Amino acid sequence: MDLYAELILEHAKRPHGAGLREPFAAEVHHVNPTCGDEVTLRVDLDGDVVRDVSYDALGCSISRASASVLHELVVGHRVEDGLAVHAAVRAMLTSRGTDAGDEDVLGDGVALAGVARYPARVKCALLSWMAFTDALGRVPAEG
Amino acid sequence: MTLSSTSAPAVPARGAQPFTDAEVAAVRAEFPILARTVRDGRPLVYLDSGATSQKPRAVLDAERDFYERHNAAVHRGAHQLAEEATDAYEAARAAVAGFVGAPAEEVVFTKNATESLNLVAHAFSSATAYRALGTAEADDRFVLRPGDEVVVTEMEHHANLVPWQELCRRTGATLRWLGVTDDGHLDLAVLDRVLSPRTRVLATTHVSNVLGTITPVAELAAAAHRVGALFVLDACQSVPHLPVDLPALGVDLAAFSGHKMLGPYGVGLLWGRAEVLDAMPPFLTGGSMIETVRMEGSTYAPAPQKFEAGVPMAAQAVGLHAAVDHLTALGADGTGMARVEAHERRLVGRLLDALGELPWVRVLGPAGTAERGAVVSFVVDDVHAHDVGQVLDDEGIAVRVGHHCAWPLHRRLGVAATTRVSFGPYNTAAEVDAVVTGLHRVRSVFA
Repeated sequence: MDLYAELILEHAKRPHGAGLREPFAAEVHHVNPTCGDEVTLRVDLDGDVVRDVSYDALGCSISRASASVLHELVVGHRVEDGLAVHAAVRAMLTSRGTDAGDEDVLGDGVALAGVARYPARVKCALLSWMAFTDALGRVPAEG
Repeated sequence: MTLSSTSAPAVPARGAQPFTDAEVAAVRAEFPILARTVRDGRPLVYLDSGATSQKPRAVLDAERDFYERHNAAVHRGAHQLAEEATDAYEAARAAVAGFVGAPAEEVVFTKNATESLNLVAHAFSSATAYRALGTAEADDRFVLRPGDEVVVTEMEHHANLVPWQELCRRTGATLRWLGVTDDGHLDLAVLDRVLSPRTRVLATTHVSNVLGTITPVAELAAAAHRVGALFVLDACQSVPHLPVDLPALGVDLAAFSGHKMLGPYGVGLLWGRAEVLDAMPPFLTGGSMIETVRMEGSTYAPAPQKFEAGVPMAAQAVGLHAAVDHLTALGADGTGMARVEAHERRLVGRLLDALGELPWVRVLGPAGTAERGAVVSFVVDDVHAHDVGQVLDDEGIAVRVGHHCAWPLHRRLGVAATTRVSFGPYNTAAEVDAVVTGLHRVRSVFA
């Protein structure tokens, strides 16, 4: 099944950056009411760079793999680059399979392209990304 | 086919037999959708009848026939077509009522069981408001005072939980609940502590849509009546799968849905004892449910009309009539539901036996088939239900994954999500075996 590419299973089994860490600037809790997937996600910034994303993801392999890919793609990069990657992930996932994603932008994230053909799983893949952008929006402005 | 000693005998006490292979094949031939393939040409294995059932040709034909030859607005005309439509609609009501052992005037048509339960909850808050404002007569049984109690259970489907939560917010009543034991039964040890003279209504499921648990309805109804409370039953997973006589169970009100019993969407049922329905204020109001209307105020028709505002879903009711006839005829002399029960119980036994052999699968709910309806939910070690369902889907097997609109029950049992197999009269032993084969594949993908 191309939905469960080796890369996805790898990320789900050994997720990058899993666990909740301190310090953090903002923390959010998101759920998918249809299935009970939940994620608690914290974001920490160093100026305009994402210093860390830490999370506790209770859910399916797709949601866990996506959280792992998120960590890999945004930590150490500028916030606006992280938001651009989010937009690219979202576009790929909602494309119904017409957008295979750009490996240069998405890295291992292109392995999630298969999710686009299973509309019921798109929310799983987007859960941690929605939590990430929500958390960014809640980081207190520097005085 | 042998059954292990852990499951109940295949033949229930009533003596009804499960379907033979030839009979199941004949049943399946009546359901056009079962000839479908899915996901790369795999035969559809439909094991989600708990969510909605598939429809036999007779139901589809009946609905179409109504539109082609008898369609007119029910209760609204004096012309021939209107007479025919009205007769067809009222005949459907009588058929559904007979199916659950009740007289026709005790059955109300709604949109679905969720609406039926909302209707009952709103009867309480409307009566309470009438009494508080002095604007209309209200029956004491439906008037709630702050501190009065509404009792449900921790295993309820959201449709038999959320409306009661909202009722408490509207009236100041307190929501209480019976818990669930680790093996999926209602915790009856606390029944006499949870119920009290402040209890005005007890609402429980008949068969859990997750655990399959059959609750001791007669005992619960008696306990409710001892404290002067009304008893409301969610019969969504019982009426479509076993012979049910609602008046004989001692309950006051019961909700079930047409689409879960081979009928169309858009028709739900509320059964209520005649004098209870008479005591309840209407929910949706407007045309059809009135007796007299003046600008200053209106009076209402007697039940069941009182609860049927607007143009009725006549075609869908006619389709449901055909579903009732179809189910009844699945056994000689109208014993269809007893045979459906026997057939599905044997499938449940086959699945429970097979899953019992897999140490990495944990079935939730009662161990024995005699205590269960046609539903089996389980967790697979280290694999989220979503992923289980995805691999099964790839094999053409349709199950439900998640919390099945019973989120508090899942929290109570300490699981985020489960995979649910729910049977219908058209399922086969081979389909049970396909699930087991599919689970082995799940394990190999995610190990």
